[in-house]
Amino acid sequence: MKLKQLESMLGQLQQFSNPKVELEQYPTGPHIASRMLYTAENSFGDVNNKIVADFGCGCGTLGAAASLMGAEQVIGIDIDSESLEIASLNAEDLELDINFIQCDIRNLVWRGPIVDTAVMNPPFGTRSKGADMDFLSVALKIASRAVYSLHKTSTREHVKRAALRDFGASSAELRFDVPRLYKFHKKREMDIAVDLWRFAPKTNQGN
Amino acid sequence: MRLFTHNMLSSNIKGVANGFPLRIEAEQVLEKQVDFNPDFLRNLFPKLEWKALVDGARALGYAELPEAADSSMLESEEFLRKVHHALLELHLEEGALTCPETGRKFPVNKGIPNMLLHEDEGPWFGSRSAQMQPSILEMTFSSFKQETSLQLPGSLVSQMLVRITGKQ
Repeated sequence: MKLKQLESMLGQLQQFSNPKVELEQYPTGPHIASRMLYTAENSFGDVNNKIVADFGCGCGTLGAAASLMGAEQVIGIDIDSESLEIASLNAEDLELDINFIQCDIRNLVWRGPIVDTAVMNPPFGTRSKGADMDFLSVALKIASRAVYSLHKTSTREHVKRAALRDFGASSAELRFDVPRLYKFHKKREMDIAVDLWRFAPKTNQGN
Repeated sequence: MRLFTHNMLSSNIKGVANGFPLRIEAEQVLEKQVDFNPDFLRNLFPKLEWKALVDGARALGYAELPEAADSSMLESEEFLRKVHHALLELHLEEGALTCPETGRKFPVNKGIPNMLLHEDEGPWFGSRSAQMQPSILEMTFSSFKQETSLQLPGSLVSQMLVRITGKQ
């Protein structure tokens, strides 16, 4: 699938009708979502025929992008039932087959690193401090190939250190495939500059 | 919820040593066709918990899987199609998943399992939020207030509560 086509399809998705501020609910725009998954597949082969988990899936944009880029199975996980309802409808609208689980990511217990790739646009912790690092920590435990995540540019050094030193990542790469990524991609003066990261977990067995 | 998901999901209640696999109680099961992808199944097979899949399939009304399986069987298309059907085409739409240790039921509605924990089941101070779980505090505080009828500053009350309840 071409990038423009992917972006256009994601633009059709329904978003939060009543976003909950305490959960930091805001849509992952089609611009950023399409580029994340397009990069993941075309630069690294992390999506096609793979098992992909969308952490904090919200209305399911990243999961839908993964599915459209050829993921064999996609699992969307979110704490909020209203978001999951919208995500289910979105999957139906695009005729995508996505598995959903309602769970607090910090309490997610998975049998092992069976998922290939985790993708996420995590809450940054404006409401509950360090939330994005909690998400990253869990993701690196359950993904066997790669974790793609967005973090504030202002926390760049901290993110790299935590991933490599504390969360078991074997590599932490910044992706500049989209120049000047912004969370909302509008209203640049008020927007938050974000980095797209690709982390690879340490694995005992080969990929 | 597919057995594919069930095969990876564990009970997340604090203190549970072995929360896998969750027992399935099926109220409504649907079958939805999925394209057969034998390569995907062959790659996935070594990562599966076979017994959990067999028992799960039986709970959803499908008893065709052999009790034991090894990788030599992956050469048989007939076997792969059974795995495909059990793992990907059966959906638990309504029902529950039960923690094997505590018996606690996690509901499944519209195919989505709800693994949210109640206050007393999850890590109270594992998360980074500053708030203590309010319910125990409130209960202890209100009974404390009744006993003593003292007006105490909040911080002193919390310290006293820690000593009384023994919880940090």
